[in-house]
Amino acid sequence: MATLRSEIAGIVTSEDIVRVRHMVRDAAVRLSFSLVDQTKIVTAASELARNTLEYGGGGTVRIDELADHGRLGLQLIFEDRGPGIADLNQAMQDGFTSGSGLGLGLGGAKRLCNEFEIQSKPGEGTRVRVARWK
Amino acid sequence: MKLGEFLLVSIQVDMHDKLALALQQDLTDRIAATGARGVLMDISALEVVDSFIGRMLANTAAMSRVLDATTVVVGMRPAVAITLVELGLSLNGVRTALDVERGMQLLRAAVRQPWEEPDGDTPV
Ligand SMILES: Nc1ncnc2c1ncn2[C@@H]1O[C@H](COP(=O)(O)OP(=O)(O)O)[C@@H](O)[C@H]1O
Ligand SMILES: [Mg+2]
Repeated sequence: MATLRSEIAGIVTSEDIVRVRHMVRDAAVRLSFSLVDQTKIVTAASELARNTLEYGGGGTVRIDELADHGRLGLQLIFEDRGPGIADLNQAMQDGFTSGSGLGLGLGGAKRLCNEFEIQSKPGEGTRVRVARWK
Repeated sequence: MKLGEFLLVSIQVDMHDKLALALQQDLTDRIAATGARGVLMDISALEVVDSFIGRMLANTAAMSRVLDATTVVVGMRPAVAITLVELGLSLNGVRTALDVERGMQLLRAAVRQPWEEPDGDTPV
Protein backbone atom coordinates (compact mmCIF):
# COMPACT_ATOMS: atom_id res chain seq x y z
CA MET A 1 0.00 0.00 0.00
CA ALA A 2 1.38 3.41 -0.97
CA THR A 3 0.70 6.76 0.60
CA LEU A 4 0.24 9.31 -2.16
CA ARG A 5 -0.12 12.28 0.12
CA SER A 6 -0.44 12.87 3.83
CA GLU A 7 -1.20 15.94 5.88
CA ILE A 8 -1.90 16.70 9.51
CA ALA A 9 -4.22 19.36 10.89
CA GLY A 10 -4.87 20.56 14.41
CA ILE A 11 -8.41 20.58 15.79
CA VAL A 12 -8.60 23.25 18.47
CA THR A 13 -11.54 25.51 17.58
CA SER A 14 -14.90 25.05 15.87
CA GLU A 15 -13.46 26.82 12.81
CA ASP A 16 -10.95 23.97 12.60
CA ILE A 17 -13.85 21.55 12.06
CA VAL A 18 -14.81 23.58 8.99
CA ARG A 19 -11.17 23.52 7.82
CA VAL A 20 -11.01 19.73 8.25
CA ARG A 21 -14.20 19.39 6.18
CA HIS A 22 -12.56 21.41 3.39
CA MET A 23 -9.27 19.50 3.56
CA VAL A 24 -11.05 16.14 3.39
CA ARG A 25 -13.22 17.40 0.52
CA ASP A 26 -10.11 18.52 -1.41
CA ALA A 27 -8.44 15.14 -0.84
CA ALA A 28 -11.57 13.26 -1.97
CA VAL A 29 -11.75 15.42 -5.10
CA ARG A 30 -8.06 14.74 -5.84
CA LEU A 31 -8.83 11.00 -5.64
CA SER A 32 -11.81 11.52 -7.99
CA PHE A 33 -14.34 10.23 -5.46
CA SER A 34 -17.95 10.47 -6.65
CA LEU A 35 -19.97 13.34 -5.22
CA VAL A 36 -21.87 10.99 -2.90
CA ASP A 37 -18.63 9.37 -1.68
CA GLN A 38 -17.10 12.81 -1.11
CA THR A 39 -20.13 13.85 0.90
CA LYS A 40 -20.05 10.68 3.00
CA ILE A 41 -16.42 10.92 4.05
CA VAL A 42 -16.61 14.68 4.63
CA THR A 43 -19.65 14.16 6.86
CA ALA A 44 -17.86 11.39 8.79
CA ALA A 45 -14.84 13.68 9.16
CA SER A 46 -17.03 16.47 10.49
CA GLU A 47 -18.54 14.19 13.15
CA LEU A 48 -15.17 12.82 14.27
CA ALA A 49 -13.48 16.23 14.28
CA ARG A 50 -16.26 17.57 16.50
CA ASN A 51 -15.79 14.65 18.92
CA THR A 52 -12.03 15.33 19.00
CA LEU A 53 -12.76 18.95 19.91
CA GLU A 54 -15.77 18.59 22.21
CA TYR A 55 -14.90 15.43 24.10
CA GLY A 56 -11.18 15.01 23.48
CA GLY A 57 -10.39 18.61 24.34
CA GLY A 58 -8.75 19.10 20.96
CA GLY A 59 -6.32 17.01 18.97
CA THR A 60 -5.20 16.26 15.45
CA VAL A 61 -6.31 14.55 12.27
CA ARG A 62 -4.05 12.91 9.74
CA ILE A 63 -5.43 12.74 6.22
CA ASP A 64 -3.84 10.02 4.06
CA GLU A 65 -4.48 9.54 0.37
CA LEU A 66 -3.76 5.88 -0.32
CA ALA A 67 -3.27 3.55 -3.27
CA ASP A 68 -3.59 -0.19 -2.77
CA HIS A 69 -3.10 -2.32 -5.90
CA GLY A 70 -4.52 0.47 -8.01
CA ARG A 71 -7.42 1.12 -5.67
CA LEU A 72 -7.57 4.65 -4.26
CA GLY A 73 -8.68 5.42 -0.75
CA LEU A 74 -8.86 8.09 1.88
CA GLN A 75 -7.83 7.37 5.46
CA LEU A 76 -8.46 9.70 8.38
CA ILE A 77 -6.89 9.26 11.80
CA PHE A 78 -8.22 11.40 14.64
CA GLU A 79 -6.21 11.52 17.85
CA ASP A 80 -6.60 13.29 21.14
CA ARG A 81 -5.19 13.06 24.64
CA GLY A 82 -8.49 13.71 26.32
CA PRO A 83 -10.36 11.73 28.97
CA GLY A 84 -10.90 8.70 26.75
CA ILE A 85 -14.00 6.50 26.60
CA ALA A 86 -14.68 4.03 29.41
CA ASP A 87 -17.44 2.08 27.65
CA LEU A 88 -16.87 1.85 23.91
CA ASN A 89 -19.95 -0.28 23.25
CA GLN A 90 -22.13 2.34 24.86
CA ALA A 91 -20.39 5.18 22.98
CA MET A 92 -20.95 3.41 19.65
CA GLN A 93 -24.67 3.04 20.25
CA ASP A 94 -26.89 5.29 18.14
CA GLY A 95 -28.54 7.84 20.36
CA PHE A 96 -26.01 7.65 23.18
CA THR A 97 -24.46 10.99 24.10
CA SER A 98 -22.70 12.15 27.23
CA GLY A 99 -23.12 15.72 26.00
CA SER A 100 -25.98 17.37 24.16
CA GLY A 101 -25.52 15.75 20.76
CA LEU A 102 -27.73 13.32 18.88
CA GLY A 103 -25.41 10.40 19.58
CA LEU A 104 -24.99 9.66 15.87
CA GLY A 105 -21.36 10.67 15.32
CA LEU A 106 -19.50 7.43 15.97
CA GLY A 107 -22.15 5.05 14.60
CA GLY A 108 -22.77 7.35 11.65
CA ALA A 109 -19.06 7.66 10.82
CA LYS A 110 -18.79 3.86 10.90
CA ARG A 111 -21.69 3.50 8.45
CA LEU A 112 -20.34 6.22 6.17
CA CYS A 113 -16.92 4.59 5.77
CA ASN A 114 -15.64 1.16 4.70
CA GLU A 115 -13.24 0.81 7.61
CA PHE A 116 -13.69 1.97 11.18
CA GLU A 117 -11.45 1.40 14.16
CA ILE A 118 -11.56 3.00 17.59
CA GLN A 119 -9.06 2.76 20.42
CA SER A 120 -9.48 4.53 23.70
CA LYS A 121 -8.08 4.37 27.19
CA PRO A 122 -9.61 6.28 30.06
CA GLY A 123 -7.22 9.02 31.08
CA GLU A 124 -5.04 8.64 27.99
CA GLY A 125 -7.08 9.62 24.98
CA THR A 126 -8.87 8.37 21.90
CA ARG A 127 -7.83 7.37 18.40
CA VAL A 128 -10.34 6.81 15.61
CA ARG A 129 -9.31 5.57 12.19
CA VAL A 130 -11.69 5.50 9.24
CA ALA A 131 -11.09 4.76 5.57
CA ARG A 132 -13.22 4.92 2.49
CA TRP A 133 -12.18 3.26 -0.76
CA LYS A 134 -13.22 4.19 -4.25
CA MET B 1 -52.70 36.09 2.96
CA LYS B 2 -49.53 38.14 2.77
CA LEU B 3 -46.18 36.87 1.59
CA GLY B 4 -44.81 39.15 4.26
CA GLU B 5 -45.89 36.59 6.80
CA PHE B 6 -42.99 34.40 5.76
CA LEU B 7 -39.28 34.66 6.47
CA LEU B 8 -36.84 33.45 3.84
CA VAL B 9 -33.41 32.39 5.03
CA SER B 10 -30.73 31.25 2.67
CA ILE B 11 -27.68 29.57 4.21
CA GLN B 12 -24.77 30.47 1.96
CA VAL B 13 -21.64 29.35 3.78
CA ASP B 14 -20.23 26.28 5.46
CA MET B 15 -21.05 27.38 9.00
CA HIS B 16 -18.98 26.55 12.04
CA ASP B 17 -21.00 25.33 15.01
CA LYS B 18 -21.23 28.62 16.91
CA LEU B 19 -22.44 30.40 13.78
CA ALA B 20 -25.12 27.75 13.29
CA LEU B 21 -26.31 28.23 16.87
CA ALA B 22 -26.32 32.02 16.42
CA LEU B 23 -28.44 31.65 13.27
CA GLN B 24 -30.91 29.42 15.10
CA GLN B 25 -31.22 31.99 17.89
CA ASP B 26 -31.51 34.90 15.45
CA LEU B 27 -34.23 33.15 13.49
CA THR B 28 -36.22 32.37 16.61
CA ASP B 29 -35.96 36.02 17.68
CA ARG B 30 -37.13 37.20 14.26
CA ILE B 31 -40.13 34.88 14.23
CA ALA B 32 -41.15 36.23 17.62
CA ALA B 33 -40.52 39.87 16.62
CA THR B 34 -42.32 39.76 13.27
CA GLY B 35 -45.05 37.27 14.09
CA ALA B 36 -44.11 35.40 10.93
CA ARG B 37 -46.28 32.35 10.26
CA GLY B 38 -43.75 30.56 8.12
CA VAL B 39 -40.01 30.15 7.66
CA LEU B 40 -38.36 28.96 4.49
CA MET B 41 -34.78 27.74 4.96
CA ASP B 42 -32.91 27.34 1.70
CA ILE B 43 -29.98 24.94 2.20
CA SER B 44 -29.20 24.39 -1.49
CA ALA B 45 -25.72 25.87 -0.98
CA LEU B 46 -24.86 23.39 1.80
CA GLU B 47 -22.54 20.62 0.63
CA VAL B 48 -22.58 18.90 4.01
CA VAL B 49 -25.24 18.47 6.68
CA ASP B 50 -23.86 16.63 9.68
CA SER B 51 -25.66 15.79 12.92
CA PHE B 52 -24.95 19.25 14.34
CA ILE B 53 -26.49 21.16 11.43
CA GLY B 54 -29.26 18.56 11.29
CA ARG B 55 -30.04 19.17 14.95
CA MET B 56 -30.01 22.92 14.33
CA LEU B 57 -32.56 22.51 11.51
CA ALA B 58 -34.75 20.30 13.72
CA ASN B 59 -34.48 22.70 16.67
CA THR B 60 -35.39 25.67 14.50
CA ALA B 61 -38.45 23.80 13.23
CA ALA B 62 -39.45 22.89 16.79
CA MET B 63 -38.97 26.44 18.08
CA SER B 64 -40.97 27.89 15.20
CA ARG B 65 -43.80 25.46 16.00
CA VAL B 66 -43.94 26.77 19.54
CA LEU B 67 -44.19 30.29 18.07
CA ASP B 68 -47.05 29.17 15.80
CA ALA B 69 -44.94 29.21 12.64
CA THR B 70 -44.16 26.45 10.17
CA THR B 71 -40.60 25.81 8.96
CA VAL B 72 -39.92 24.28 5.58
CA VAL B 73 -36.38 23.29 4.58
CA VAL B 74 -35.82 23.50 0.82
CA GLY B 75 -33.12 22.60 -1.66
CA MET B 76 -31.32 19.76 0.09
CA ARG B 77 -28.79 18.33 -2.34
CA PRO B 78 -29.33 14.66 -3.30
CA ALA B 79 -25.85 13.65 -2.05
CA VAL B 80 -26.64 15.28 1.29
CA ALA B 81 -29.99 13.50 1.54
CA ILE B 82 -28.38 10.12 0.78
CA THR B 83 -25.66 10.75 3.37
CA LEU B 84 -28.16 11.78 6.06
CA VAL B 85 -29.93 8.44 5.76
CA GLU B 86 -26.68 6.54 6.37
CA LEU B 87 -25.73 8.89 9.18
CA GLY B 88 -29.02 7.87 10.79
CA LEU B 89 -30.55 11.32 10.94
CA SER B 90 -34.24 11.24 10.11
CA LEU B 91 -35.07 14.96 10.50
CA ASN B 92 -38.40 13.97 11.98
CA GLY B 93 -40.69 16.94 12.27
CA VAL B 94 -38.86 18.96 9.64
CA ARG B 95 -40.89 19.64 6.53
CA THR B 96 -38.91 19.60 3.32
CA ALA B 97 -39.56 20.66 -0.26
CA LEU B 98 -37.51 20.41 -3.43
CA ASP B 99 -37.18 24.12 -4.11
CA VAL B 100 -38.25 27.55 -2.91
CA GLU B 101 -41.37 27.64 -5.08
CA ARG B 102 -42.67 24.33 -3.76
CA GLY B 103 -41.68 25.33 -0.27
CA MET B 104 -43.80 28.45 -0.56
CA GLN B 105 -46.76 26.34 -1.69
CA LEU B 106 -46.32 24.14 1.37
CA LEU B 107 -46.16 27.16 3.65
CA ARG B 108 -49.25 28.76 2.13
CA ALA B 109 -51.15 25.52 2.56
CA ALA B 110 -49.91 25.12 6.12
CA VAL B 111 -51.02 28.53 7.33
CA ARG B 112 -54.31 28.65 5.37
CA GLN B 113 -57.20 28.98 7.77
CA PRO B 114 -60.17 26.64 7.48
CA TRP B 115 -62.59 29.60 7.23
CA GLU B 116 -60.72 31.13 4.33
CA GLU B 117 -62.72 31.51 1.12
CA PRO B 118 -61.63 29.24 -1.73
CA ASP B 119 -60.85 32.29 -3.93
CA GLY B 120 -58.14 33.27 -1.48
CA ASP B 121 -59.82 36.29 0.14
CA THR B 122 -58.75 36.48 3.73
CA PRO B 123 -61.22 37.83 6.24
CA VAL B 124 -59.57 40.28 8.58
N1 LIG C 1 -12.73 11.71 21.28
C1 LIG C 1 -13.54 11.37 22.29
N2 LIG C 1 -13.10 11.45 23.58
C2 LIG C 1 -13.92 11.12 24.60
N3 LIG C 1 -15.18 10.69 24.45
C3 LIG C 1 -15.67 10.59 23.21
C4 LIG C 1 -14.89 10.92 22.06
N4 LIG C 1 -15.64 10.71 20.96
C5 LIG C 1 -16.84 10.28 21.40
N5 LIG C 1 -16.86 10.20 22.75
C6 LIG C 1 -18.00 9.73 23.58
O1 LIG C 1 -18.88 8.99 22.76
C7 LIG C 1 -20.20 9.56 22.81
C8 LIG C 1 -20.91 9.36 21.50
O2 LIG C 1 -20.31 10.14 20.48
P1 LIG C 1 -21.15 10.48 19.17
O3 LIG C 1 -21.70 9.22 18.62
O4 LIG C 1 -20.31 11.31 18.29
O5 LIG C 1 -22.38 11.32 19.74
P2 LIG C 1 -22.45 12.82 20.30
O6 LIG C 1 -21.27 13.55 19.78
O7 LIG C 1 -23.74 13.35 19.78
O8 LIG C 1 -22.44 12.72 21.79
C9 LIG C 1 -19.98 10.99 23.21
O9 LIG C 1 -21.11 11.54 23.81
C10 LIG C 1 -18.79 10.87 24.16
O10 LIG C 1 -19.24 10.47 25.44
MG1 LIG D 1 -20.29 13.43 18.04
